[in-house]
Amino acid sequence: MLGTGSYSSPRKPDINLSRRYCIDGTDLQSKPLKFLLIEDNLELATAIKARLELDGHVVDHTGKFREAVSFSQTEDYDLILLDIMLPDGDGRVFLKQHRAGAKNTPVIVLTARSEVSDRVSLLDLGADDYVTKPFDHAELQARCRAVLRRNSGSSQTIIHLGDLEFDPVSGNLIVAGNVFALRNRELRLLELLINSPGKIFSKQKLFDRLFSYDDDVSENAIEVYIARLRKHLEKSSVSITTLRGLGYRLDDE
Amino acid sequence: MLATFVQAIDFEEERLFKGNAGTITIRVLSSTDISVFAPTITGFLNTNPELNVEYLVVGSADINTLIRQSPEQYDIVISSAMDLQLKLVNDGYALQVDTIIHPEWAQWRQSLYGFTLEPAGIVINKQHFSNIKAPTSRQEMIEVLRENPDTFKGKIATYDVRQSGLGYLFATQDARDSETYWRLMEIMGSLDAKLYCCSGEMIDDLSTGDMAIAYNVLTSYASARADVADEIQWILPSDFSNVMMRTVLVSKQTEHRKSAIAFVRYLTSLAVGNPTAKEFALPSLRNAATQGSVISLEPGLMIFLDRLKRRTFLNEWESAIIQ
Amino acid sequence: MSSSVNVSGSLRRRMALSLVIGVTVLTVLLFFIIRLYATQIAQQSQDSILRASVTSMLDAAAIRDGEVAMDIPYSSFSMLSTPEDDRIFYVIYQDGDLLSGYDNLALPEVHSDGSVVFRSINFMDAPVRQVSASRVLSGLNTPVLITASVAQTQDNLAVTLRQITRNAAIIVAGFFLLAMLFSVWATSTAIAPLERLTHSIARRGPADLSPVARPVPSEMVPLVSSLNNLMQRLSRSLDQSEDFIAEAAHRVRTPIATVRSHAETTLQRVDKEENRRALRAMIRAIDETSRAAGQLLDHAMITLRASQLSAEEIDLVELMQEMVRSLNPIAEMKDIELRFQFDSRVYINGDPILIQNAVRNLIDNALKYSPAESVITITVRKNPKPSIVVNDHGPGFLHDEKTGLTDRFARGRNSSGTIGSGLGLTIASDVASAHNGSLTMDNNKEGGACVTLSF
Repeated sequence: MLGTGSYSSPRKPDINLSRRYCIDGTDLQSKPLKFLLIEDNLELATAIKARLELDGHVVDHTGKFREAVSFSQTEDYDLILLDIMLPDGDGRVFLKQHRAGAKNTPVIVLTARSEVSDRVSLLDLGADDYVTKPFDHAELQARCRAVLRRNSGSSQTIIHLGDLEFDPVSGNLIVAGNVFALRNRELRLLELLINSPGKIFSKQKLFDRLFSYDDDVSENAIEVYIARLRKHLEKSSVSITTLRGLGYRLDDE
Repeated sequence: MLATFVQAIDFEEERLFKGNAGTITIRVLSSTDISVFAPTITGFLNTNPELNVEYLVVGSADINTLIRQSPEQYDIVISSAMDLQLKLVNDGYALQVDTIIHPEWAQWRQSLYGFTLEPAGIVINKQHFSNIKAPTSRQEMIEVLRENPDTFKGKIATYDVRQSGLGYLFATQDARDSETYWRLMEIMGSLDAKLYCCSGEMIDDLSTGDMAIAYNVLTSYASARADVADEIQWILPSDFSNVMMRTVLVSKQTEHRKSAIAFVRYLTSLAVGNPTAKEFALPSLRNAATQGSVISLEPGLMIFLDRLKRRTFLNEWESAIIQ
Repeated sequence: MSSSVNVSGSLRRRMALSLVIGVTVLTVLLFFIIRLYATQIAQQSQDSILRASVTSMLDAAAIRDGEVAMDIPYSSFSMLSTPEDDRIFYVIYQDGDLLSGYDNLALPEVHSDGSVVFRSINFMDAPVRQVSASRVLSGLNTPVLITASVAQTQDNLAVTLRQITRNAAIIVAGFFLLAMLFSVWATSTAIAPLERLTHSIARRGPADLSPVARPVPSEMVPLVSSLNNLMQRLSRSLDQSEDFIAEAAHRVRTPIATVRSHAETTLQRVDKEENRRALRAMIRAIDETSRAAGQLLDHAMITLRASQLSAEEIDLVELMQEMVRSLNPIAEMKDIELRFQFDSRVYINGDPILIQNAVRNLIDNALKYSPAESVITITVRKNPKPSIVVNDHGPGFLHDEKTGLTDRFARGRNSSGTIGSGLGLTIASDVASAHNGSLTMDNNKEGGACVTLSF
């Protein structure tokens, strides 16, 4: 997602390709986002952590209220994901204490309670946003983006590749002085591609990342977004290469 | 009915007063002389021309008898005997008339209406009293008689209460009022008092000088006799005097109820008004000159009509006056 | 929320009626008692005068010169004089022979012991009160029994009775009036605690299930304690229901979330197409399950909340702005723009959570059926009725199925290929009716659905 970490899998042959591009002058490896995940259900926590780490983020996890409080006070996190139902203390108490504390880390609440009863009060207590379990990871991603965008508009997330400047939080793409405001899917597509330049992404993978599972569209819809990105990148040193039968790849001259 | 009625009673006087368009005749049974009542009847007929009035005069005791015998024959009953009239009403011979408004003290049961005020008094022949002071009270009369027995022996007149209803009424009322009555009667009896049936005859004999003094005479009769005004003088006893009301009632069995009531209404309205002598020859209820106690219309009047009481009274009276 | 109650009479009316009937009976009784008593007194006074009269007559009897003489005093009769001029009759017998008076006036049986006999008879067509007494005179040879009887008509008594009746009627009417006023006062005094209780309960908010604390008269204690009991149970059961739903949601959602996260992560890791397809199918199924579970629980919660609707003043514009902001990230994911517009501030009384949920379901639907890069417009309107309109550019409704869509689990024929439980519109519709509003579904002329939630 907004990430900075490169996608890497030991089984993938294209890691090296990716690495090679990374070494290549431009500093892609800006600081990874650091999450504090406060979730008492170990299974769920593991799954969420795995998914976030897959996107290259750093995740500290705790299931205990006390630990959560001390972590949040000592470490610097970009985002806190908080399960509202903790066994040794309600998440609301944490929210209150957190808001009273010195750190201003945004909090997204994970709630399993009926949305009807909790929604308003959570926001009243100082949560920046919430997602209801179970959540689409893309939704969590989107909400994190929105929260970060609201809280900082931080320039440190800006990615440079060749003559490209890309701010995944605001969704701005600057090519040769021209600023393009990317639509969400374009943004997410570019984000995927730009985080692993030179890596080949299959159509299916891209599709799974861009579309929710209930979208009634064919995988060919990807081509539309590829085409759009290409149009934005026309005057850039960066281009998207189609590898027939394999997928797409972002290349910098 | 009247056409076939055979007259069997000797009335002292009787006259039929005809209205201008008289069709209905009401029969008035009365103890008052026609001459006295004629103006009133004439006045009544003037306002009620559709009526005739047959006026029948008879003594008050006889009136009582006649009404009790044949109440359906008479429409109006007028009498000076208040006690008898009251008993007629008490015994149900009178019609109750709700529509006549009359002073409470002058009526009984809205059936019997008093329409005159006539005191009883002493009447003297002036000649006989040229040398003697005329008495002004019963006591003085007793003294005068006692001091001049020769002058008055056989020259004292009074009612024969056994014959005269009015005489009996006055006598009983006198007796109620004072013991003086009995002393007077005794002295009158000792001087051979002459007994009369009616006031008129007493006044006649007084005016001729046959009688010197009369007791319990209706002064209205005396004052009405202008012809003998020089000879006689009437005196209201200063101790007390009984005032009689002539009363009228409508027979319960009258066949001319409306007309009879109209007559009584006319009569009573005259009595409470200020009638002229032409309309009403008798002292009306507003006769202010009258002093003394008016004999009230109350059941007590009937006590002297009781057989035993009457017998007792008459026995006493007789033993006083007839010696 | 108002429910009908079977009415069986009215306490106030019943009480007032009892009092009125009681008072009326008492009044009538009182009237007759007063009248009877007064009649007796009036009769007694007439009787005592008659007794005096007959006694004075007998006293006057004496044997004089060997025969009975009676010098009846004038007062014997004059004392019987009345304002109504009552007629009097009398008769005197000596040993059964008529001495004087009205021979047709019958004598009752009179003992010679000096006792006085009263009776009421008719004489000469008039009701009379007759008093009779006798006296023994010691004659020369044999004692003589004199019996006297005096009768008097009752005209004056009748007038007196009429006056008494009228006065009694006035007194009794006054009593009746006072008693009526008292009844009204007593009724409302007695009913007042009940009304105060009713008011205090009616004034409560729907969520206030606290026991009645105000002191009540002892007669109402069982009722109030049952009421308190009931409210306590209700409160507990409502709390339990809410807790149960929340707990159920938690229990169901957390494992689903775990599965989903794992599936998603795994999908990112596997490359084999058939594995990927299986995972995708899994995720779809999970989504469907969670959405259904969520809406079921929401629906349950909404039904619960709607039954005890707590109405507070809501700024619809602010509420919807907040709603749209929170949904924006989801819309963005599909490159759909959520556009919010309003013409003026709109305030209504309602449950904000219910309304948010209803609109959330409407927007969810719109998001589901809208094509990418389209616009969904959420409009808050004040006129003609306060309403929220959600417009999309999706396929819209089929004309024949608009009404049935609010039924539980009903899904439109256009919905194939999208995840849904079919409860979304049901929830929105339930929320609308809980607020005495309505949910209308229509299609825009230029295409797309237009759902209006109005209050």
